[in-house]
Amino acid sequence: MKNIFVCIKQVPDSTEVKINPKTGTLIRQGVPAILNPYDHFAVVCALKLKEKNPQVSISVISMGPPQAKSVIQLALALGCDKGYLLSDAAFAGSDTWATSYALSMAIKKIAKPDLIVCGMQAIDGDTAQVGPGIAAQLEIPQITFCDEIELDNNKLIAKKHIDDGYDIVESPLPCVVTMSMPKDFELPFPSFVDIAEASLKEINILNAKDIGADENLIGLKGSPTQVSRIYPPQKEVKTVYVKSSPLEAVEKIIEIMKNENFIR
Amino acid sequence: MGIEVLNNCIGCSKCVTVCPFEAISMVNRKAVIDLTKCTLCGSCVSVCPVKAIVITREVSKKDFSSYKDVWVFIEFLDDADPLKQGEIKKVSFELLSEGRKLADKLNQKLCAVVLSDINRGYENILKEYGVDKMYIVENKEMLPYDTDIYTTVIMALINKYKPSIFLFPATYKGRDLAPRVSANLYVGLTADCTGLDINNDGFLVQSRPAFGGNIMADILSPNLRPQMATVRPNVMKIVKNYKENVEIIKEEIKINPSIRKVKIVKRIKNPSTSSIKLENAEIIVSGGRGMKTKERFEILFELAKLLDGCVGASRAAVDSGFIDKKHQVGQSGTTVNPRLYLAFGISGAVQHIVGMKSSDRIIAINKDPNAPIFGVSHYAVIGDAYDIAKKLIEKLKEYKG
Repeated sequence: MKNIFVCIKQVPDSTEVKINPKTGTLIRQGVPAILNPYDHFAVVCALKLKEKNPQVSISVISMGPPQAKSVIQLALALGCDKGYLLSDAAFAGSDTWATSYALSMAIKKIAKPDLIVCGMQAIDGDTAQVGPGIAAQLEIPQITFCDEIELDNNKLIAKKHIDDGYDIVESPLPCVVTMSMPKDFELPFPSFVDIAEASLKEINILNAKDIGADENLIGLKGSPTQVSRIYPPQKEVKTVYVKSSPLEAVEKIIEIMKNENFIR
Repeated sequence: MGIEVLNNCIGCSKCVTVCPFEAISMVNRKAVIDLTKCTLCGSCVSVCPVKAIVITREVSKKDFSSYKDVWVFIEFLDDADPLKQGEIKKVSFELLSEGRKLADKLNQKLCAVVLSDINRGYENILKEYGVDKMYIVENKEMLPYDTDIYTTVIMALINKYKPSIFLFPATYKGRDLAPRVSANLYVGLTADCTGLDINNDGFLVQSRPAFGGNIMADILSPNLRPQMATVRPNVMKIVKNYKENVEIIKEEIKINPSIRKVKIVKRIKNPSTSSIKLENAEIIVSGGRGMKTKERFEILFELAKLLDGCVGASRAAVDSGFIDKKHQVGQSGTTVNPRLYLAFGISGAVQHIVGMKSSDRIIAINKDPNAPIFGVSHYAVIGDAYDIAKKLIEKLKEYKG
């Protein structure tokens, strides 16, 4: 039996996030919470491995508030075997370091991993740091920014992004792989029947004690980075408005381009 | 942080051969670790057959007075054209320019960290960008890039020379390496910064967009050193700053090739994309949904050609099928900073704006006088995007012709 872990996160749908123009704060109310798309893709990739290798058990694991159960349920409905939610006030305020630590402690506690699949980054933070962080904690190899993965006996083969193309790489197991997503990939959603069936599967809730985490290394206390200020993106330029007829506007654009040597 | 050898050590010596720092020796058939050489890189832990070596990484309140200087990881091409092999990437100069400012504010040195396979004489290039000191590790194992090998070397340099700040490019390589290093060292790392500064306490203030660019956050890593950050390419301005004398430190680090676990089987180069080099373009002609149809959008290619520029697009234009996604500018596309950015019929979703607002000159054309794109534009032309693009092409032809 091979143990595959997929690490997932519930995120606000950032395309729906709006800013309150008066206060400059995020309006979170009414913003749907979704499974981070890269994690969703990671789940899909893990399930593909299971299709070809029946001797695979997939555990999805997430850290978050109790309502993050819903994304675990989604992963279960898509076909994952077991769900774990790390939920504890002690985890609150964890940065990527503390999150990697907590997830790796939980993985070690649950089962000896053969493969850990993560989305390359979450769309609310865009850090791409948790996958490599887990690999570092577990002291196993990492392959980041992959579009495709395949299991070959005790090796993982991956198609990984590099600057000007791809590398096909292979790594011994266990390892951590982080998934980007091919362009135009359509993420699948489960049927109502699958959702209903999955809702019967139990989701294991784990707290800091359950995973044997050092309380000094989790939550705000364990996080090396601290958010010191949040503010709306600043407007820095003085805008000159051109409200003339199209022809005059074009003359004006040409004049600007001439003056600044964009055309000779 | 600490490392410990448990009593179940069987004296197999596997750890001795794999340790890159010669920190382990066998005494009475047990592994003994020399803590003055050990960097807690974990190479030994992964080869021990009986799990007898344990590393604990804990919080330690250190005295930071020994941590100084601003380090920049120099990235060069190792994956493109063989002719370009070893060419320093533009983002490295951006980081040095920004690093110079930080070093001046701290009254410390700017240091370039170069890990290369052979001597490439980078000092002649780097001294034009204000570098005071270079740390060079030359070893054939540095190519091709490998996470574990680079991590081992970078950690060895950090542990020996103790930088206060360490900047990496937010590229595939930098975003692979920096989090591994920071996780091993237990230090803070802020991803994809778009602004850096030093506050009154002398800490690095790391600014970055979050929630798809809808909001900015300032991040500090006050309690641990080095303060690490990855910096988004094409955001920081390149400023030349010539230094006559660059101190060069060549560091010999023994690398056991067996640390390399991930093997490259095959390398696939992207099909030629010579027509699109958005990230390096001097002039970008970009279009949005306001261009209305695919056919209308296509006149932007003609305009771009007249201006020797590249065509960009908003996500809305890509989603509407006007143009391929590889032209997309913004959060989920390419971040650009051309000398001139022309935005035709782009309303200016925040995700787009974060990807182009550092352009030197922005001229936006939009029907809606309240379009958010105007907020970051130097010139806001109110009118029909297609109509103006078309007339502009005619005028330019006249002008050139």
